[in-house]
Amino acid sequence: MAELSKTDEAVDAPAEATEEKAIAAFEAPVERGEPILQVRNLVKHFPLTKGVLFKRQVGAVKAVDGVSFDLYQGETLGIVGESGCGKSTVAKLLMLLETATAGEVLYKGQDITKLSGRALKAVRRNIQMVFQDPYTSLNPRMTVGDIIGEPFEIHPEVAPKGDRRRKVQELLDVVGLNPEYINRYPHQFSGGQRQRIGIARGLALNPEIIICDEPVSALDVSVQAQVINLMEKLQDEFNLSYIFIAHDLSIVRHISDRVGVMYLGKMAEIGTDAQIYDHPTHPYTQALLSAVPVPDPEVRENRERIILTGDVPSPANPPSGCRFRTRCWKAEDRCATEEPLLAIPTRFKGQDTPAAHVSACHFAEEKTVLAV
Amino acid sequence: MPEPEPQPHPQPPRYDPLEPGDGEAIAPTGQGGQMDLALDEAESLERVIPPGPGNPREKARSLWSDAWHQLRRNPVFVLSSLLIVFLVLIAIWPSLIASGDPLQCDLAHSQEGSAPGHPFGYDTQGCDVYTRTVYGARASITVGVCATLGAALLGAFLGGLAGFFGSWGDALLSRVADIFFGIPVVLGGLVFLSVVTSDTVWPVVGFIVLLGWPQIARIGRGSVITAKQNDYVQAARALGASNARMLLRHVAPNAVAPVIVVATIALGTYIALEATLSFLGVGLRPPTVSWGIDISNAAPQIRNAPHMLLWPAGALSLTVLAFIMLGDAVRDALDPKLR
Repeated sequence: MAELSKTDEAVDAPAEATEEKAIAAFEAPVERGEPILQVRNLVKHFPLTKGVLFKRQVGAVKAVDGVSFDLYQGETLGIVGESGCGKSTVAKLLMLLETATAGEVLYKGQDITKLSGRALKAVRRNIQMVFQDPYTSLNPRMTVGDIIGEPFEIHPEVAPKGDRRRKVQELLDVVGLNPEYINRYPHQFSGGQRQRIGIARGLALNPEIIICDEPVSALDVSVQAQVINLMEKLQDEFNLSYIFIAHDLSIVRHISDRVGVMYLGKMAEIGTDAQIYDHPTHPYTQALLSAVPVPDPEVRENRERIILTGDVPSPANPPSGCRFRTRCWKAEDRCATEEPLLAIPTRFKGQDTPAAHVSACHFAEEKTVLAV
Repeated sequence: MPEPEPQPHPQPPRYDPLEPGDGEAIAPTGQGGQMDLALDEAESLERVIPPGPGNPREKARSLWSDAWHQLRRNPVFVLSSLLIVFLVLIAIWPSLIASGDPLQCDLAHSQEGSAPGHPFGYDTQGCDVYTRTVYGARASITVGVCATLGAALLGAFLGGLAGFFGSWGDALLSRVADIFFGIPVVLGGLVFLSVVTSDTVWPVVGFIVLLGWPQIARIGRGSVITAKQNDYVQAARALGASNARMLLRHVAPNAVAPVIVVATIALGTYIALEATLSFLGVGLRPPTVSWGIDISNAAPQIRNAPHMLLWPAGALSLTVLAFIMLGDAVRDALDPKLR
């Protein structure tokens, strides 16, 4: 009996020690310009099963299949891509709302994908999320005060009990809502105002990273601009790092410092906004950018439109080699057998040109497609 | 996505080219000054909902106190709850309104119509229908309320947990519920209640709970699964909320409405089921007085003496209606979107 408890302790002690170490690491500040979040080969496969009683796996939807990127302190990383390319799954994985099949998410150097208990709660304090749909992301049976105050109830160490109401009103003020609205219900607000409530909830714990999963795509264009500007203002005020997921290319360019382009569960190209928008080297990025609406009719007539043929292949059965080869006009035999790595293309290596950024294509070359 | 746009702008913010602040606010893709439009929007909201006695902004009110505030002014709720209070009162103290003894019968008056002092007439045994109807409330309401409470609590608890946590527990519960659904009510009642003999209502209540919980569990499971997929539950999880908090604060309040509605409707059918079982001779037994027993005794005589059937059946219908209306009013009050 005594031996048994001894071995238990021996197992528990290192686990507790790593937990303590992780929590201590999460509290350390990160210098501006240092990576705060490093994603390495993140994979999420959703199993496809057959059978009612005895389920057997017949395949997997490869929603996210080996995604790697860094997020630096104080920057905004935009992630773009068409519907179903795995953008939202990446957000859920980073929020630890889904369990990653493989890969690591390093927050301040510590892998957070396998955390539990106190350490997990400590991470959650520092990484928060703004949801896409302001109509389903607020509990209709709670007042605004309860919704924004809930983070303080879950993490009581952030604000003492008597202080919470004042804190909630401060947050309402910060996001541009009247602090007197504290007792109202979400349905009494418009879409833009609801999204501000969602942002206030995300800000409550004073996080370092906010993951925005299409935060403005459910809003009117005029309200989109308000919310984007509010988010930029808050970023300066609280030194936040954003991961901004969207499919609206112009909004992503407006808010992002760097942009990653996703296609079918993989990153196609990552670079600064100028590199991606003005000097895209991946054919998919070029096709995506050529679809951006141009308000000037004369420019519109003169520019080249790249029209892709076919549909996005099923993520349950992606093409071999390069995922984009089935729709790519540059595809050759090599693309079917050899998967291009996300790296700086050899032809641009060592050159001091904006085209020298990582791009997962064997035949990467510069092409100006955005006529602005 | 139905968009509950609450209030249209009564006066859209006027555009004045002389005021640079407004101009900036109107430009949808401009860089600065966007907050002004938000304030305009907020102010217009302010004008639509004036601070009045119905909308005090000084003190926070919980969902339940808000619901109570609304219920008090709902005539359906007031009427049905008054009726239920009255029924419960006479179930506890039947002698308040009936002075006779329901078991004191005189065969000489068999099936006679109303007479002075006996407004509802007599039944086949010559008992006073009015007294028996009043005394019958106790058995029917006890069975209905206790069976509903038992089935709703058990079903909502099991179904809620199964829906929230899923996996093998959910599969097990669903199959067990299927088995209980497969039991024929009458046959099951005949077997179960002929084994358990008692002069009280509890075996009947127990049997109804046993057969009733799977229905509530299915409804509860389904609405919990719907509710737990909402983004606000994900948001709570992202904040680090425990399972208990997510279930009690976010899922349960948004999943309880169908359970309340189904339970109040089931209450009526449980009272009727008690009558069925009593008719078969395995439910409540004389000398217990119940509407079910009286209805089944009177049913064959409906053409000679309809009053014997109509009074207890009317009392039964009124009771069932009162509970269903109450359930409806409570459901509406618990949904802030309908306010």
